[in-house]
Amino acid sequence: MRVSVHTALVSTSATGVAVPRRPTVREKEEPALAEEHYPDDLRYHPEHDWARIEGDTATFGITWYAQDSLGEVVFFDAPEVGTQVRKDEPYAEVESVKAVSDVFAPLSGEVIAVNEELEEHPELINEDPYGRGWLVRVRLADPSEADELMDAAAYRDLLQSQE
Amino acid sequence: MPANESTLRTTPLRDRHVAAGAKLVPFAGWEMPLQYSGIGSEHLAVRQRAGVFDVSHMGQLEVVGARAEALVERLVTARITGLEVGAARYGVVCREDGGCLDDVIAYRLATDRFLVVTNAANHERDRAWFERHAGEFGCAIGDRRDDFAMLAVQGPAARALVASLVEAEGASADPSPAAADPGSAAAEPPSPPSTDPVSLLPPRMRCRTLRVAGVTALACGTGYTGEDGLELLVAPGAAAALWDALVAAGAQPCGLGARDTLRIEACLPLYGNELREERTPLEAGLDFCVAFGSGFIGEEALRERGAPSELLVPLVADRRTIPRAGCVVRCADSGEAVGEVTSGTFSPLLRRGIALAYVPRTCAVPGTTVDVEIRGRVHTATVARKPLHRTAGPVASSDDDGRAG
Repeated sequence: MRVSVHTALVSTSATGVAVPRRPTVREKEEPALAEEHYPDDLRYHPEHDWARIEGDTATFGITWYAQDSLGEVVFFDAPEVGTQVRKDEPYAEVESVKAVSDVFAPLSGEVIAVNEELEEHPELINEDPYGRGWLVRVRLADPSEADELMDAAAYRDLLQSQE
Repeated sequence: MPANESTLRTTPLRDRHVAAGAKLVPFAGWEMPLQYSGIGSEHLAVRQRAGVFDVSHMGQLEVVGARAEALVERLVTARITGLEVGAARYGVVCREDGGCLDDVIAYRLATDRFLVVTNAANHERDRAWFERHAGEFGCAIGDRRDDFAMLAVQGPAARALVASLVEAEGASADPSPAAADPGSAAAEPPSPPSTDPVSLLPPRMRCRTLRVAGVTALACGTGYTGEDGLELLVAPGAAAALWDALVAAGAQPCGLGARDTLRIEACLPLYGNELREERTPLEAGLDFCVAFGSGFIGEEALRERGAPSELLVPLVADRRTIPRAGCVVRCADSGEAVGEVTSGTFSPLLRRGIALAYVPRTCAVPGTTVDVEIRGRVHTATVARKPLHRTAGPVASSDDDGRAG
């Protein structure tokens, strides 16, 4: 995930409201690192995307951390079925009230399904990022690419290091 | 709370925001709550019930002197002469060439005293501008920014909610207390005793001193959401108690995120986005607060410029994607670039991207279709009527359009 914030939203100007690039100030225990937010059965990409691999297909979505950083998602700009996605490259956009974020493909392949429910209910990405908030299903070009992805523990270490 | 350039100013409610789980962000030199539960739910709470905002970043200037009325008349576009004590006017502070320096609300606290609420980012410049012109009117300008915290209670239930906390015996004009006490902000004469606390509240665009939840407040019938409501100016030390009482009475804490989505839906301009030194109040559609003949700075320039060739209009996108500030607006027929989006957001009410944009007068007619270029792709949008949250209602733009931006 790569959040692009419009210049009008950059902080300390008179304009708009700033969107923090890093996790915002919370003088509580940072919930983004909680174990329950990162299921063990998924593989994670450093751009904060996940893949649920089932044989030669996989489901993609954005992680709990990604949706929390974005805030309320209002729009998922979905790719069309048949689109070829390439590992580490953006294939769609997720938009929240205050920011737009590229969504990166954790693995390469062809889009075989898009979550139609997000057209009317993009908030599912916030409410259920690993379930009803899934983004696309992909027929994998090279299942061995999955070896380069992180498991939940490694991804949480990455988040910890970014704090 | 003086601050140097590298530190953010904080409001007296910072601990309350943190305890409520707010995301805090830098804004105009202040650390402010962006959101608590979420922008969408906070937005709808204000449209349907009542929300409370910490707007302590807003600045206050006090204008004092026998000719205070004449000075404020000179500096603000709105008609000030003859304004009753306890009444308020929204207006723009213009440069000589008609460009906008700030938009403000001026409250008349006494025959010789006004309180002017400024935008946080413009406060220092406003103070210098007011001081520069105060001399010839024999007035003094007091910087009251550090003397007030400010809470905005907004929404259809806001008045009833505040009224439930009002103590009748505190509602009076008392010109005697010390200057640093907001209670000295005398307002309307006391009304006869009433069993209905709602009747103690100031009407729209008026202000009066009240006791709310044990706190002395200058209560103003103003806001920046398009809803009815009150803005309460209190001593900083009293802000937390008032906040707690308002939240306990059912006001939902709301952050700057919802404040922004609400004001865009209501088609209220924001200084820095819609209002700039390069734009005039007439281009921004603020004719209702420009009193020609009142002698304000910039009046001659506005008269010479004549009718503006560009106007600020609200746009509704055809889908959920958001036109953002800076997006190019094109004529749907010719494809020619004709304007630019100044603010955009997602409307929780309309479930569509909405925006404010400057377009040529010829494209400003409600119903006109335009193309908006969003991240390299063209999306269709329609010029709508103001305000967007009352699309079924009349086109509202009048002297009653109270707000503080």
